Formats: sequence, C-alpha cells, structure tokens
Amino acid sequence: MANIVIDRIRKSFGSFEALKEVSLTINDGEFVSLLGPSGCGKTTLLRIIAGLETATSGDVRIGDRSVIGLPPKDRGLAMVFQNYAVFPHMTVYENVAFGLRMQKADDARVKAQVEKAAGLLHIEQYLDRYPNKLSGGQRQRVAVARALAVEPKVLLMDEPLSNLDALLRLEMRTELKTVLQSAGTTTIYVTHDQTEAMGLSDRIAVMHNGVVEQVGTPVDVYNHPATRFVGGFIGNPPMNFIKVPVSNGQVVAGAEQFVAPKEAGGEVVLGLRGEAVELAPLPQGLEMKVRVAEPMGSHLLLTGSIHDQPVRVILPASETVRSGDTIGLKLDRNRITWLSPESGKSYPAVAA
Amino acid sequence: MPGPHAILNYTRRLRGPMTNNRTWIPYLLILPSVAFLALLFVVPLVQTIWLAFSDNGLPSLANMRTMAGDLNFLPSVRNTFLLTIAVVPVQVVIALVMGTLVAKVGAGRETILWIWTIPLGISDLAAGMVWLSILQNTGYLNSLLFSLGLIERQTSWLTYQTPVALFIGIAVAEIWRGTAIVMVIIVAGLNQVPKEFKEAAEIFGAGPWTRFFRITLPLIRPALQSALILRTVLAFEVFAVVYALGGRNFPVLVGEAYTWQNQNQNYGVAGAYAVLIMVISLAATVVYLKAIKVDPERLP
Amino acid sequence: MSSKTVSAASPAGFVSSRRWLVWSGIIALCAWVLVPIYLVALGALGGRQGVYQWPKTGLPTGISIEPFLLFLRTEGVVQSFLNSLGAAGITVALSIILGAPAGYALARYNFHGKDSYRLLVLLTRAFPLAILALPLTVSFIRLGLYDTITGVGLIHTVLALPFAALVTQGIFLGVPKELEEAAWVFGCTRIQAFFKIVAPLALPGIVATAVFAFVISWNEVFAASVLTVRNRTLTAYLLTVLSESPMHYRFAGGLLLILPSVVFIFAVRRYLFAIWGISSK
Repeated sequence: MANIVIDRIRKSFGSFEALKEVSLTINDGEFVSLLGPSGCGKTTLLRIIAGLETATSGDVRIGDRSVIGLPPKDRGLAMVFQNYAVFPHMTVYENVAFGLRMQKADDARVKAQVEKAAGLLHIEQYLDRYPNKLSGGQRQRVAVARALAVEPKVLLMDEPLSNLDALLRLEMRTELKTVLQSAGTTTIYVTHDQTEAMGLSDRIAVMHNGVVEQVGTPVDVYNHPATRFVGGFIGNPPMNFIKVPVSNGQVVAGAEQFVAPKEAGGEVVLGLRGEAVELAPLPQGLEMKVRVAEPMGSHLLLTGSIHDQPVRVILPASETVRSGDTIGLKLDRNRITWLSPESGKSYPAVAA
Repeated sequence: MPGPHAILNYTRRLRGPMTNNRTWIPYLLILPSVAFLALLFVVPLVQTIWLAFSDNGLPSLANMRTMAGDLNFLPSVRNTFLLTIAVVPVQVVIALVMGTLVAKVGAGRETILWIWTIPLGISDLAAGMVWLSILQNTGYLNSLLFSLGLIERQTSWLTYQTPVALFIGIAVAEIWRGTAIVMVIIVAGLNQVPKEFKEAAEIFGAGPWTRFFRITLPLIRPALQSALILRTVLAFEVFAVVYALGGRNFPVLVGEAYTWQNQNQNYGVAGAYAVLIMVISLAATVVYLKAIKVDPERLP
Repeated sequence: MSSKTVSAASPAGFVSSRRWLVWSGIIALCAWVLVPIYLVALGALGGRQGVYQWPKTGLPTGISIEPFLLFLRTEGVVQSFLNSLGAAGITVALSIILGAPAGYALARYNFHGKDSYRLLVLLTRAFPLAILALPLTVSFIRLGLYDTITGVGLIHTVLALPFAALVTQGIFLGVPKELEEAAWVFGCTRIQAFFKIVAPLALPGIVATAVFAFVISWNEVFAASVLTVRNRTLTAYLLTVLSESPMHYRFAGGLLLILPSVVFIFAVRRYLFAIWGISSK
C-alpha cells in the first residue's frame, strides 16, 4: 500500500506563498500529474513530497506513514529529475545500480534488477558507457531506469521530458506509459505540458498560484473545467470564453436558446471548446467574424471574434472559410461550460 | 569556540520558529574558516593598529612621528606611489592587448595562454633575480647595447646614482611578473562576453576601436575592477623585487617596515608603516569601487 | 573562427598583413615572458665565468649543470627548500580543509550572515596580508610558533584561505545540485552523497585550488622573512643571503624558485581561467 496523502501543505519563501494549503490524495498505483504554468508551485510540492524541501506547515503521508522530517532516503521513493541528474563519473550500469547499492543489495540482485530496468528502457547496449557519451534521450532513459531499478513504492518525476526535442518527447511519452503501466507504481508527474499530462495520467491536478484548481481525469478536466484558468490552460486552442447577457434565465445564440444556470445573474460566461461547433447558415448560426483562417491540414483553425470577444474555433479541413469572412456557428449544447463572470468558477452542469 | 548546538540555538532565536531542522549545517561549515580568519586576520589587524598607535602600553603617536621623521620615509612613500602609477596601467594595457590578440587565434591558443601565465607562478624575489641577470653590469642589456655600439663600456643601472634607471628596471621587472594575473582575470572576463554583442555592433557599422571601447570594455568592468584592486594592493606591497635589484638604494614602504622590524627591532614603527600601507590599500580599493561602477543590471 | 569570415570578405593583402600583425604581437609577448627566464637559466648554469663573460652573446655556451649543483650543496639551500615545501604543504592542507567546507556552504546554502561572510573574505583582499606578520611575531614567540614552519604555514593560510573559499564555492556550484539530490533520494545520507557524488566531481578543481595555495605560499617573501630566523623558507633564505651572495648564486636561487611554480602552473593550466573567472566575480 503506497497511497500518498498531501494534507494542507503550505510553503512560503519569505513573504511569497508558493503553496497555499494544498491537499491531494493519490491512490495506490495511480498516475497523477501536477500540471500548471511555471511558478505555480508544482515542483515545490513534488520536492516537499521527496523531502528535498521542507514544508512550512502541513503533512505528507506515504502509505499512511507521515514522512515529514524524514530524510529523502527513508521515504521509500525514487525520482526522475528534470536535468536527469545522471552521475557523470559512473557508468550507466553503476548509475542504474546506484539505489540498489545504497540498499546494500547483493550483486546477483543488483545485476538482475539493472538488467531488467535496462531492458525495459532499451539501454542494455550502453551499460558500460559513461553518460557524457550519451544523447539527451539516452540519458533520460538511464534516469528512468535508475528510478525503476529500485522498484520504488512511489515514483516522482519532475518535468522529465522537458529537455528533449519534440519528436523524442512524443516517443518517450509513449514508452513511459508502456513501462509504467506494467510497473504499477504510484507515480506523481510534474509537467507544464498539458498533452503530456493528458496522455499519461489517470488523474490530473491542475495548479495555479500555489492552489490546486481542479483534480480529475483528463477527459473530465478537459470537458468540465472547474475554473476559467483550467479551461484556458488545457486544450489547444484554449477554451473560448464569451460573456453573454442572460434574459429570463435564457441565453440566446443565433437562433438557439440555452438555459442559463439558475445561479447566474445578468451576465454569464459561455465556455466553449474550439471544436464543439459546426458551420451553420446565418442568421440561424451564431455570428463569428473571421480575422484569420489557417488551414492546418488535419483541420481548419479560425481566429476571430464573437460578440466582439476574441475566439478560436476548429472546423473540419473540408470547409472553405477565408480570412475576412463572416460565418455562422452552431454550438454543441452538451459541451458548453457556464462560468461566473465574477469568480471565474464554473457552475454545476444544467440539464440542456 | 561555541559548539554546533550553541549555534543551532542561536540561529533558532535568529529565525524564530524553525521548520528546516538543518539550518545549522552551513554555520558548522564556515565556522572553522571564520575562527581561523578571526584569529589570524582580525586579531593581528587590531594588534597592528595598536602597535602603531601605542608606546609602552599607552596610546601615543610616537611611532607615527618616528616614521614621518625618518630620512627614508618621504622617498619610500614617493617611490611606492610612483611605482604603482607606472606599473599598474601598463599591466592593464598589456593584459588587454594580450586578451585581444589571443581572441583572434584558433589553434595554439592554449599554448600561448600558458606561456603568458608562467609569471603567475614566479615570486617577486625570483623576478628580481631574473632581471638582475639582465640589468647587472656584465648583464645582457649592457652586452646588447655594447654590441650595437650604443655604449662603450659596462654601465651601471642599479645604483643610487642612477635613480631613474633603477626605477625603470624595477618597474619593468614588476610589469614582467605582474601582468600575468591581470591577463588571466581579463581573459576570464572576456570569455564571458558573448561574441554576438561584438558581431551585432559590427553589423551596425562599429569599427574595431569603437567595438572595443563601446562594447568590450564596458562589459568586462567587473573583471577590470577586480584586476585593478588586486594588482594595486599588490603593487603597494612591492618589496622583494626592489630588494633584489637595488638593495636599499630604492626605499619602498614595505621594505622600510621590514628594516624597522628585522634590523632595528622596532616593532612600533614597523607597525606604523603597516598601518600606512593598509590605509593606502583600502583607500585605493574604495576609489576603484567608486570609480568603476559595476551595475549588475547593465551586464549580460 | 572569425578570421575565416574576414578572409572571405576582404582583400587578401589586408588580411594577411593583419594576421601578420597579430602573430608578431603574440610572438613578441611570448618572447617578453620567456627570454628573461632563459637568460636567468643561462646565468644559473654559467657559473662564475659566465657572470664575468663580456660581452655576453646570449647563446648557451659554456653552461653545465655543475654550478647549479654547487649552489644546491651550499649550506642551508636544501634545508630551506624543504622548509618551503613544508610551509606550502601546511598552507595547502589548511586552506583546503578550512576553505572547501566554507566554499560548499556558500555554494549550497542560503543562510543569515552569508553576505557578511563573503564580505569578510573579500575584505582580506583589500589588505596587504603579509604585513600582518609584523604583530604576529610577538604572539608567535609566546606560542612557540616563531621561527617554525608551522608558523609560516599559518600566516600563508591567511593569504590562501579566502582564495580557496571563493574558488571552491565556484567549483561546488559547478556540480549540479540535482546530482546530490538524486543521491539523497536514492538512499544516501548527506555525508555519503558528498563523498560519493560531489567530492569525485569537484576533485580536479580542488586539486587546482590546492596548487594555487601551494604557489601562494611558495612565493611569499615578506611574512616568511619576518617570522623566521634559522628555519628559513627558500624565499626568506635567499632574501637574507642576497647581498653577500655572488651573482651566479643569486641566479641559481632565482631559477630554483621559478622551476616548481612553473611546473605547477603547467599542471593546472586548464583551470586557470575558470578559477579566475570565478574568483573575480
């Protein structure tokens, strides 16, 4: 059993509050991403779990045992660092074996575990080389193998793919998923890249300004963002936010009417995923002025405005829309999120 | 010496409630060096000042008066200053030339830099002896001048009757020895200036001199500042090279301190000289810090 | 290199004359450094006859190792050479043992008083430190350190320690903190992580620092002369016998002083610029 309970963790650096009472529970064997822009506190939280940073207050429990005050080595975890932190003065073999050697494992076990981890990451042929003879991607594999070799209860990963080029990142992402699925280790994965978080995670915790804004499955977080920040941070293009008037509990968009959430006042923010629309003739459709049309091959990306507010929408590549056109859009009523214009928080879903 | 626990408690009080239980580590690590410097830097510093300003255990200006009234005092002050003024700028210029030249070289750069840094390992006493072999009566300078027909017999350069020649000889020996350290600091500084800055200036039409004075020089200010401070303080300490070349024909401040201490056994006057040298060195440092402003916001 | 871009853009005559100028400047400056060393070596190996040869040609004629060996056999030379080695050894050991932990603290921790400590270290630079030997004479006599190699080593450590602390700070900064953290995560205590990971990676730089501490002590004249009477270091010995020594002995002494430092500087040449880049920040 190695679930992780993060209980009201606070961390301040002088007057700056990096983490404001963050609580989060990660189940045994679960893969959870901490996702957010730089400076949101995700790495600080990870380092507090690892024991590399000390929390100002709060508790961290790994497998129901409080680890606050324990040095990193006694927390039963492994970590993959952003810059790999592969020891340059040791061979790849010794790097992968490092954790086992520290546990005073016998040579036979070390050999077996190193070979197993090296096999998983396809680095068998580099075992007797030194890391400075390896490429970034290969070093990354060594760092992951080193972490897996100790069969940790908990695996922490701090932006492990951010230093790789785009193609390699995609390849490593797929491979990580394969490897980690078979290992079944409780994993916390810090990233600022939403596609990584979406692709790898069982659940995502979106962080912003030292607060967890939403925790949920990738699909849940994508379709039902709890806040305007989450909707804007996840998805490419980001979710569109259009402020619209409410009259008699109804919102009018072209020829269609939507039931506004009952908590809403005179105005409400309509959160709309760029791909949750289809072309409709005017005046039935909602009017959009297209400023720039970019054919992307797989789809057509339109940038423009609705109600004089900036939006980005995606249409099938087969549609022909040109820059400067005015078009009508039909909204997918099941994929609309309603948000409060004041708090930026989303309202509970209303029956369509 | 307070133990780690005392320091731990001290830092606890200093920082209020502690969350990180390992804040005493850095204090433990710097403690030995602090204790050492306190015992062998701060204490002797205070002792020197006391030595200089006391007589038979009472505060007194007697040592200062003895120093100021000594026959060699004014010449030694004058000589030390003249040497510093003559030597330091030349060293900086040669070092800048070396840095600029070596930047234009690809292959062989390492070897050239190594040759230029050799004097870094040479003491001022050895430098004095090296130049003695050149400047003495039957030395290589006279041989050269003789074979060129410029002199008819061996000429003395290092006596008290030839103060200008002696001064030049000492200055040359100091320049020869002390340029290496300036060069190393300046080349280290130049290495940190990205090539793009100069290339950008070149594209916008700046010639080599403009590039040097408008781009390079301002960007190596920190290196220049530290080289100047280090070299000037060392120049005020000049002693052995003078002694090796001219004996006591060319009094300088540290030489006088040495004489009062070892020959005259008068520690008080030696202390007075020491205080004077320290005051001059500190003043020079302050002048450099003020004159060459290093604004971190204007550096890359 | 930039010379290539120039040669493509400008007339060949201009380029070659500029290159010629650069190289003649470099060669002149190399000669400026090397020729005097060559000449003092000639003087040291030329013996008494060499000194009075007139006019000198500057060619290596009539030289042999004999005069230099004769100098080495002079009473006090070998002993003072050994004393210099001893003092330098103490300086190296103390400045690394005391300075490296401080450098590590400066590199890895933020703590109250860090700036004051750095100020103390930098302040030593504004002082002519060897002068501090003057008042130490009295205390050293009382402590039995006067006229001992240990005493000289102690005062030389004052010169070398601030340097060692600043330079090792830079060296430890060069060892990524993540490597150390990785070691902690994978089961090391702080002390184990230091000796398994940091120390091996910092070792070359620390050796270079040690060499510098050696050279600082080896070359120091003033404090060594003030603090010793019979147990002279080589510099102090040469300074005191200077006026009554024949010329070729002085040259031999100069050569003996130069040789070890030059060898050491050669050994650390790769670190010279990195170290001064660090310590002049």
